Amino acid sequence: MPKLREKLQQSEVWKSIFRHNYQDTNRNRALQIVDNVFLHLHPVRISRHATNIGFTWGMGGITFLLFIVLTITGVILMFYYRPAAEYAYEDMKYLMNDVAFGPLMRNMHRWAAHLMVITVMLHMFRVFLTGSYKPPRQFNWVVGVVLLVLTLLLSFTGYLLPWDQLAIWAVTVGTNMAKSTPLLGHGGPFGEALGMRIDNDVRFVLLGGTQVGPPTLLRFYVGHCIFLPLIAAVFMAVHFWRIRKDGGISGPTPNTKE
Amino acid sequence: MENLNESKVGTTPSPSTSISDNAQSPTVPAVVPPKPTAAKPAVTTGVKKPKQDRAPENDHGIWRISRRNFFSVAGWAAFFVFLATSTIASLRMMFPRILFEPPSSFKAGFPDDYIVGEVSEKYKDDYRVWIVRETDGFYALSAICTHLGCTPRWLVPESKFKCPCHGSGFRPSGINFEGPAPRPLERLKISFADDGQILIDRAITFKFENGEWIKPDCYLKYS
Repeated sequence: MPKLREKLQQSEVWKSIFRHNYQDTNRNRALQIVDNVFLHLHPVRISRHATNIGFTWGMGGITFLLFIVLTITGVILMFYYRPAAEYAYEDMKYLMNDVAFGPLMRNMHRWAAHLMVITVMLHMFRVFLTGSYKPPRQFNWVVGVVLLVLTLLLSFTGYLLPWDQLAIWAVTVGTNMAKSTPLLGHGGPFGEALGMRIDNDVRFVLLGGTQVGPPTLLRFYVGHCIFLPLIAAVFMAVHFWRIRKDGGISGPTPNTKE
Repeated sequence: MENLNESKVGTTPSPSTSISDNAQSPTVPAVVPPKPTAAKPAVTTGVKKPKQDRAPENDHGIWRISRRNFFSVAGWAAFFVFLATSTIASLRMMFPRILFEPPSSFKAGFPDDYIVGEVSEKYKDDYRVWIVRETDGFYALSAICTHLGCTPRWLVPESKFKCPCHGSGFRPSGINFEGPAPRPLERLKISFADDGQILIDRAITFKFENGEWIKPDCYLKYS
């Protein structure tokens, strides 16, 4: 067995995929991180106190974990859910009653979604308390605010998909607020002056019509499953990369500008 | 790991850019970027970034249109024009031309189909309209709550409209009297069609707070 392992690790295929062995030297450990596409966003080394849970609460990491959980369970749910007004509610019922592990997947998705909003809030709260929004981390705070908005939008768009009375009227209420958008909503300040009507303002684009209907369901579905997660993933990559560039997780701000 | 950045810093003798500021991760011992050599000719006016393949004083940048860089400028211009038009096209695509929604005006049957003193919910499901028959005529109420747009319910025993979302209440006239709704329900244009049926146009609304309920199209006289 050790011989086979040796042979495997010496093979061309293995060596072309894994460039570094497990030599326990600082250099080699750093190379393992740097040469890995998934890990290279992270710092090669962190200070001892960065692992102290009391400093960060681990909220950012938990949020990311929940995002991964949501992505996986969401993709699984997509196999059974059709975003058309005739089917959406029935498919949701089907998932909850007859699909094997359907309730587990849907409930995981639901609870992880609720939790993610909470952990994002706690993460921001912690960042505020520890002053981690201060230079040179101020840009990453802005990226974080964008991610908060994306999280809330993901939550809101997902809320419509069960297509029951609660979903439809909650989204009706939510999108009616878009009516009052300044300049871009037909009920908002300067909206009418700019020629906004019920059938050409920002709410109309969100709904794909003048009321919550089948086009709204499709729009929210595409936004929920494709558009918003993609944008969020890009912003997350920047967010994690910036942590490293701005002095690493936790700890005082480095003196980069002398 | 920082090799890339260092080499970049080394080849850019211009005043340190933002790249070099951020590149210095505190965990890696900061390598002092090579100082711009004093022998380098001073950057002449109008030239911001020296290019590598040309002495800075001979480099006029890419935005001066000359015979040499005509295609470069034209190519970039075409690229940005393409980008702008495709953005506009994508945005325009999000505005549907055809709406698969109930039409704004509809015929609501003959006046004698209605019972005096009753609020008819016959057209609520399809058109979100209540038709109220009084002794001397009709008026049509929009079944859209003026708070946040839910559909209120007509409660016969209490003789009021009650919104299930946040509890706004309206009198049969449409006047709000409880809950968060800030103004009365809107009334809709009501008239007779050529064949004697009641014709309702939901696109034309009358707001009480603007004093529009006294307008003739707001009330259909019939007795």
